[in-house]
Amino acid sequence: MFARGLKRKCWDGDEDVEGAPAAPSYSLQRQSLLDMSLVKLQLCHTLVEPNLCRSVLIANTVRQIQEEMTQDGAWQLPAPPVAGRGPLDHLVSTEILCRAAWEQQGQRPAPDLPSELPGALGAPAPGSAQSCIWEADSSRGHRGSFPKSLDQIFETLESRAPSPVEGLFADAGGPYYDLDAVLTGMVGGKSGPGGGDGLQALAPAGAPPPSASCKRDLGELDHVVEILVET
Amino acid sequence: MPSHRVPSEADIISTVEFNHTGELLATGDKGGRVVIFQREPESKSAPRSQGEYDVYSTFQSHEPEFDYLKSLEIEEKINKIKWLPQQNAAHSLLSTNDKTIKLWKITERDKRPEGYNLKDEEGKLKDLSTVTSLQVPVLKPMDLMVEVSPRRVFANGHTYHINSISVNSDCETYMSADDLRINLWHLAITDRSFNIVDIKPANMEDLTEVITASEFHPHHCNLFVYSSSKGSLRLCDMRAAALCDKHSKLFEEPEDPSNRSFFSEIISSVSDVKFSHSGRYMLTRDYLTVKVWDLNMEARPIETYQVHEYLRSKLCSLYENDCIFDKFECAWNGSDSVIMTGAYNNFFRMFDRNTKRDVTLEASRESSKPRAVLKPRRVCVGGKRRRDDISVDSLDFTKKILHTAWHPAENIIAIAATNNLYIFQDKVNSEMH
Repeated sequence: MFARGLKRKCWDGDEDVEGAPAAPSYSLQRQSLLDMSLVKLQLCHTLVEPNLCRSVLIANTVRQIQEEMTQDGAWQLPAPPVAGRGPLDHLVSTEILCRAAWEQQGQRPAPDLPSELPGALGAPAPGSAQSCIWEADSSRGHRGSFPKSLDQIFETLESRAPSPVEGLFADAGGPYYDLDAVLTGMVGGKSGPGGGDGLQALAPAGAPPPSASCKRDLGELDHVVEILVET
Repeated sequence: MPSHRVPSEADIISTVEFNHTGELLATGDKGGRVVIFQREPESKSAPRSQGEYDVYSTFQSHEPEFDYLKSLEIEEKINKIKWLPQQNAAHSLLSTNDKTIKLWKITERDKRPEGYNLKDEEGKLKDLSTVTSLQVPVLKPMDLMVEVSPRRVFANGHTYHINSISVNSDCETYMSADDLRINLWHLAITDRSFNIVDIKPANMEDLTEVITASEFHPHHCNLFVYSSSKGSLRLCDMRAAALCDKHSKLFEEPEDPSNRSFFSEIISSVSDVKFSHSGRYMLTRDYLTVKVWDLNMEARPIETYQVHEYLRSKLCSLYENDCIFDKFECAWNGSDSVIMTGAYNNFFRMFDRNTKRDVTLEASRESSKPRAVLKPRRVCVGGKRRRDDISVDSLDFTKKILHTAWHPAENIIAIAATNNLYIFQDKVNSEMH
């Protein structure tokens, strides 16, 4: 809980998360909307095919939010533990965090790690969310040796099967969502003087950035790890 | 609806449709049943039942199925019913669930043959020794029996969920639309259909837009329109190409930058599109408005009516509880002068295109005793509040009127409120203006 708030403080200096009585900031509201959307994408009724129109609209919303967050620089990672290293090492350290979290839980074998972990709280990339939703019969993800490169990680993200993800998320989904609601006060829709719906009053900024980079969302991985560690 | 049955989810009405004369009204429900109502002829001898609708026939159209390949249920819910133009004594309609369209023939039997030579009145074989002469069986009147039989089953045409069906003015073909494709069928051929629109991307991860509704032009058998989740309408001409992926006309309104939010796209998604009876205009419904489009002007609608603008500040909550994805239908009256659509709290709205006046009415047991006059309702959004006003926060979002229909010639409307059907008649102004 605190780790997450602290991380945010690194990015947005003017944010005040802990015990803020005022309306949640735009970033927080936006994050909450993103989380809510990812929850919606994952919580499909398992017996009946999910409504494709609804899924597409939610996925588009997720993409919009992520594009804006990328443009705002909200996905900036905090300063690396060792100065002078390039971005690839950030990815590596995140990976280690993921591995550590999983090893703590001791539930899944390492090769499954990259494919299952990001899916736990909804895909970070709309692409992978979509392959979950659109193709219920998609083949199981790549489960070869532990991938080292960035591309390999994301390939696996996009090809993992929906069912283990759903099963995984079913356990974490409920309490996680409530936790978020408590944290942000946003989901209940009744926070602050402007109400939880002040989102649209804060018009998002201009043109969307190039799409390629915003698909790869490491901030989300980071976020996911924290939640897993908490639960 | 029958009062002896406890209302369950299966009774939720999912579609309402008048036939071309307005004599019959069909409803479909979530349990796969179709109920047809018939209008009693107005007669001086029975002044009480002045053109009221009574149950004519009830049948099970679709059953739940299980797709073993995908391990998914196929719901029996009737998504749409469309009547075929009547060509003989029988009535025919198409009913569809998510995957399968069926053609039903409805016939009346009010006579039966009597006086068989070999069978007696109960159908038992006669003792031949008692038969001394031949007789010709004669037709005697009997109590009216309505018989319904499935004449065609159009299956396996759709991978995705069917959202619309529309009968062509040629009365020989019809189209069915799912989220990504539109197929053209011949009413007599069930094992083949032509794919006329396909918006499925090569890579499903690139999917950002789906088909939401589709309809044939009422007079030009080569024209049809389909709407999308991004708020656009595409008018297609089947003479241009076999696969109508290139539209003839694209109707799209530019986004209003002052109203932009993360929900802009969702609320722009068109939930229903209907051609006017004249064929000159189209009516679309998105989450907050109904719009009238002129087929000759693609740039923007010619008229926009606010259905419940007070919900704009509640979009986040409505997104959270999924209400923002509700698909409301819209309807023209017979003379294309008034348009109607449903809303929440069992309210429905009518807009007069000529006078620019609009009214909000409520379909509920409390406010609808027989022969009572519907009282206009008002939703107050702060400011002065009148006695019977309802505040936005008191609206019941579980009571939604998604399906409405207008009689083709008279001021009679059918409103589906969850599992109840309301039929309202305007006795004072029964002629269309």
